[in-house]
Amino acid sequence: MESMPIMLVGLYVFILATLAGKEVITKVPPTLHTPLMSGANAISGIAIIGGLIISAKADMGDEPIVAILGLVAIIFATINVVGGFMVTDRMLEMFKKK
Amino acid sequence: MTFYADLAYLISAFLFLAGLKQLSSPATARRGNQMAALAMLIAIAVTLVQTEILTWTWIITGVLIGSLVGATAARMVKMTAMPEMVGIFNGFGGGASALVAGAEFLNLQQAGVLPAGPGSTIMLAMLIGAVTFSGSAVAFGKLAGYITGNPVTNNFLRFLNAVLFLFIIVSGVYMVGWDPDMTIFLAFIGVALLLGILLVNAIGGADMPVAISLLNSYSGLAASMAGFILGNMVLIISGALVGASGLILTNIMCKAMNRSLANVVFGGFGTEGATADQIGAGDKTARSVDAEGAAMILGYAQSVIIVPGYGLAVAQAQHDLKKLQDLLEDRGIDVKYAVHPVAGRMPGHMNVLLAEADVPYDQLYDDEEINDQFKDTDVALIVGANDVVNPEARNPQSVIAGMPILDVDYAKNVIIMKRSLSPGFAGIDNPLFYMEKSMMFFGSAKPSMQDLVREVRELD
Repeated sequence: MESMPIMLVGLYVFILATLAGKEVITKVPPTLHTPLMSGANAISGIAIIGGLIISAKADMGDEPIVAILGLVAIIFATINVVGGFMVTDRMLEMFKKK
Repeated sequence: MTFYADLAYLISAFLFLAGLKQLSSPATARRGNQMAALAMLIAIAVTLVQTEILTWTWIITGVLIGSLVGATAARMVKMTAMPEMVGIFNGFGGGASALVAGAEFLNLQQAGVLPAGPGSTIMLAMLIGAVTFSGSAVAFGKLAGYITGNPVTNNFLRFLNAVLFLFIIVSGVYMVGWDPDMTIFLAFIGVALLLGILLVNAIGGADMPVAISLLNSYSGLAASMAGFILGNMVLIISGALVGASGLILTNIMCKAMNRSLANVVFGGFGTEGATADQIGAGDKTARSVDAEGAAMILGYAQSVIIVPGYGLAVAQAQHDLKKLQDLLEDRGIDVKYAVHPVAGRMPGHMNVLLAEADVPYDQLYDDEEINDQFKDTDVALIVGANDVVNPEARNPQSVIAGMPILDVDYAKNVIIMKRSLSPGFAGIDNPLFYMEKSMMFFGSAKPSMQDLVREVRELD
């Protein structure tokens, strides 16, 4: 049997992940919707992986435009990751004390 | 090596999902967020180990700058400004994915032909990422008050949107199918950015909770598309999780306003429906009450339900409200909070503001949980809310017909703390203000609340 093309595998994964996400996230109570959103913000910073892969192979001297795009992608995504997880933690701490 | 890397990515993807699952209860939510952060750390570490890195300089520079900005923002932001922060962060997420798509385009374009698979995902990632980026900038501007909150839309702009969208499809297909021309790609980016601006500018300020939920979803979709480009499963999975989360919240917000998504995005709500003669017309009179009177009613009640609205958040009066709650509870009064899903400016915003003021979350109830309790309640105290307590929603002729509301008019007494009788975002009069059991306590939420606290304290 031939293995599936990577695009198709990706599509399988995408659909199943969406369904799994829907199941889990529907159970988040309204009280936590703001932290859910800022946490999701942080997770969408996963694009940092893309920025890292781009930056790893681009040389500032040879391909300055690609390298700059990679750098800005890393900056944007890191803001999301660090800011998103930190502010979510700050909020959830307030919910913990009773 | 690749095998172990893929295994670690799998663990990371699992931790993202498991972390989100912990968000189903306030007791475990903080650990859930930390699990997701760990998942991110694993994914980043694996990428750095697995990828052959030519120079570390720019990677380290980027991470340092991003961490500094992100950490500062996370520490400084006021809880009332969370919608702005989430709004602008959506844009960064979308922007990062768009930049990845742009860089991959440049890498592949040199060959002269774009392979159909990566080519089409590059176009999708660029489109969604760019729309998210510029749209989020507009959403941020509206929430922060830099741009008008009024929906900017008309027939010409709707036509223009259609033309721009057509251009996106045609040029995208052309670049993937025939010629990955650099000029066309730049035009594609410019048009996508313009579309983002126009689409969000057409949405009214009151509908921003829907807009930022939707943009949240887009930022996840863009990350997923970037994952397709790079063939990276952890990007696809976590992007899909964010996409699903944003879509669920969008749905909840639309339901809470009894509007369809299409109506929010294209409706230009808030411009029509409000006519001057409808408001304050006739011989209706509203009874007003001062702090002393309100304190008497509240202080000698047995049960009070507090309904906080956006006005409370603007006035930052949540801490004074908590003082009032404590005083009432010391007098043996049963105090509950009724929080409407669109009470704040983003999903769950009011809950965060009350949590900041140390209101225990188990005293907060949503509309479905608390609505049948109003009839047995002595006083409903409404602080800076309007449309969400408007009984007109039960009138099938009204523009807000069918919108889920809090049934405060069933309580024995209703005290409304508000600056004036002016209508809310929906632009319609509120008959609640003129009911016999209703009393208007005019004034800005913060000083009024402080007066009220003082008067309740002086009761014996």
